[in-house]
Amino acid sequence: MGKVARFILRRKGGKGWHWTDIFTWVWLVGGLIIMFGPAVWLVFSSLKTPAALAEFPPSILPYVTSQATVEGYDKPLMLYDARMPDGSTRVLAEVRRIGLVAQMVDPKAPGEIVKVNINDRTPVRTMSFATNNYTEPFVHFDFLRYLWNSVFVTVVATVITLVVNSMAAFALSKYEFKGRSLAMLVILATLMVPLSVIMVPLYSIISSLGLFNSLWGVILPTVATPTGVFILRQYMLTIPDELIDAARMDKASEWQIYWRIVLPLTAPALAVLAIFSVVWRWNDFLWPLIVLSRRELYTLQVGLSIYSGELNVQWHFILAMTVVTMIPVVLVFIFLQRFITTGIAGTGLK
Amino acid sequence: MGEIKLTDVKKSYGALAVLKDIDLHIKDGEFVVFVGPSGCGKSTLLRTIAGLEKVTSGEIEIDGKRVNDVTAADRGLAMVFQSYALYPHMSVRQNLAFGLENSNMPKAEITERINEAARMLEIESYMDRRPGQLSGGQRQRVAIGRAIVRRPTAFLLDEPLSNLDAELRVSTRAELAALHARLGSTMIYVTHDQVEAMTLAHRIVVMRAGKIEQVGTPLELYNVPANRFVAGFIGAPHMNFLKADVVAVSSGSATLTFAGGYRADLQTGQAKLQVGDKVTVGVRPQHLVVSSDPQHPAAKLYLVEALGSETVVHGDIGGEKLLAVLPGQQRLNAGDTVHFDLSKPVLHVFDDNGHRLFTHPGSGA
Repeated sequence: MGKVARFILRRKGGKGWHWTDIFTWVWLVGGLIIMFGPAVWLVFSSLKTPAALAEFPPSILPYVTSQATVEGYDKPLMLYDARMPDGSTRVLAEVRRIGLVAQMVDPKAPGEIVKVNINDRTPVRTMSFATNNYTEPFVHFDFLRYLWNSVFVTVVATVITLVVNSMAAFALSKYEFKGRSLAMLVILATLMVPLSVIMVPLYSIISSLGLFNSLWGVILPTVATPTGVFILRQYMLTIPDELIDAARMDKASEWQIYWRIVLPLTAPALAVLAIFSVVWRWNDFLWPLIVLSRRELYTLQVGLSIYSGELNVQWHFILAMTVVTMIPVVLVFIFLQRFITTGIAGTGLK
Repeated sequence: MGEIKLTDVKKSYGALAVLKDIDLHIKDGEFVVFVGPSGCGKSTLLRTIAGLEKVTSGEIEIDGKRVNDVTAADRGLAMVFQSYALYPHMSVRQNLAFGLENSNMPKAEITERINEAARMLEIESYMDRRPGQLSGGQRQRVAIGRAIVRRPTAFLLDEPLSNLDAELRVSTRAELAALHARLGSTMIYVTHDQVEAMTLAHRIVVMRAGKIEQVGTPLELYNVPANRFVAGFIGAPHMNFLKADVVAVSSGSATLTFAGGYRADLQTGQAKLQVGDKVTVGVRPQHLVVSSDPQHPAAKLYLVEALGSETVVHGDIGGEKLLAVLPGQQRLNAGDTVHFDLSKPVLHVFDDNGHRLFTHPGSGA
């Protein structure tokens, strides 16, 4: 403990606070809040009831106003801490509100109505986790179906991405041919074309191939990524050519050189691309939304949009399911972050 | 069998010619060393023989068969690379097996060949390690092992010792020579180190700028270099070159004057010289003999290196650098003037273009 405290509170030049110490603290704490604030808020909000979500000002933690069933009233009543004219505070249940005055009763003595100015009462709130935000979608919403679709799209697209991109990268890094740089340039140039530009032509291609309303229609257009080719090619350039010459002398076919020599040695870059691809495909929304129109084919991200209807947005379910869909991505990052850092450092890419 | 014949081989990258008119006949079982300064095309020539590079024109024959269009894999050669090029993700055993598996050899034979090579190279104790866990010398053995298991018609070695430290290099050199004696296969060895070339080779091919300058046994190259380049390249320290003018010619002999006015009568043999020719006289540092006669050319020393068994002196003779290796320990200091007897050492005389005209046998030490 002492060590940790000493490490955290270490300051420049020992005693006194240098301005850089303050700046560092502000920077780091600010960064922490900016990075984790939304995620923490999301997680806590996903545990709120719809009423608590609509509350203003919003709270970070999921509070609910306590309720009590009072004799003589059919519905449970809200409990408030009411400040009495004599200065004391009592816990009262609100029966109704008329203008600025609330009519309240003491749950222990339900006969007498007490009138309290609404500014003199504060709701009695306790923390409560609305776990049915999570459980209900599993029952009513076709969560498992969507999850399966998402997993299928993500896994298959990632595998195909790795194979196709590494083949392109292999050719572009290890074979000398005319127009090699031009080919690479053209591939990289496609990075500058956003999806929204090619959406319509892409749609007509998918549609004429009969892939509309099929998970393959979601998978296939995404598998060739310029980023992937670039990452892998840059990495493969670092594999010495002598190794490939040696394999050639060892009677290896070009396929064997690719599959048994180059691919295993590209593992760190492949890991990086795999992580990227998983995150991209998992979080994809627009393209699956365009291609998939049958409910049973929805991926999770598309399925989530069911909760935002035209008139009514069921935020509590959206938030809860967003948390669930975040989990795989977070897990991928936690377990593979070693690869990400070494891989990114190795490829010189952000 | 491992007979390799190159006829008029040319190789160019665009306008840049890296190999020019290479004619070479390597006999079966011969140990041939390609030597030359870096960039002379010796590695390219080796890669061309291996099939890793295509020739622009000319013929390559292995055992009488034209192999220009045969792939590297099917030429039956094995190569040891400068960086060893071991597959880093495979164990030593897998490294050795890779080439054999690719030629669909039965498992039992693969195991047998690997075990035999491992025994021969004494690498048995680390067969299951990866190249990254081996020292430079161990990797080198594995790289040679990978070539041996293939039982190739010829071994191609591309500067295989250049990544080893000096001590290991000497011992590995001896092992390579022993290995060649045992296997009896053709070996082609590329190096820029003339000591390796001299110690290992049956025949040395000296190359410069994509051309073969001379082919011969190590002693042929040392004793009768074809030109000034070979003379300067073979032998350490390098041969001294002194400018001289031909002042008198008679049949079988000529008189030369060196810078500084010293005259010498040399036996020219069949060489044709004319009065007024400018020539270069080459003399090996080891052949120079100190003389007490003040008539002999004087060299002013500016550096004396006492190595114990011999003394290397750097001097200036008539404005030209002269280096001499004198036997034993000499009582000489920088600044001293020493006379060298130029009638005693072997003198190689080269014309303006660097071709050797004749070699004066000298009268000996």
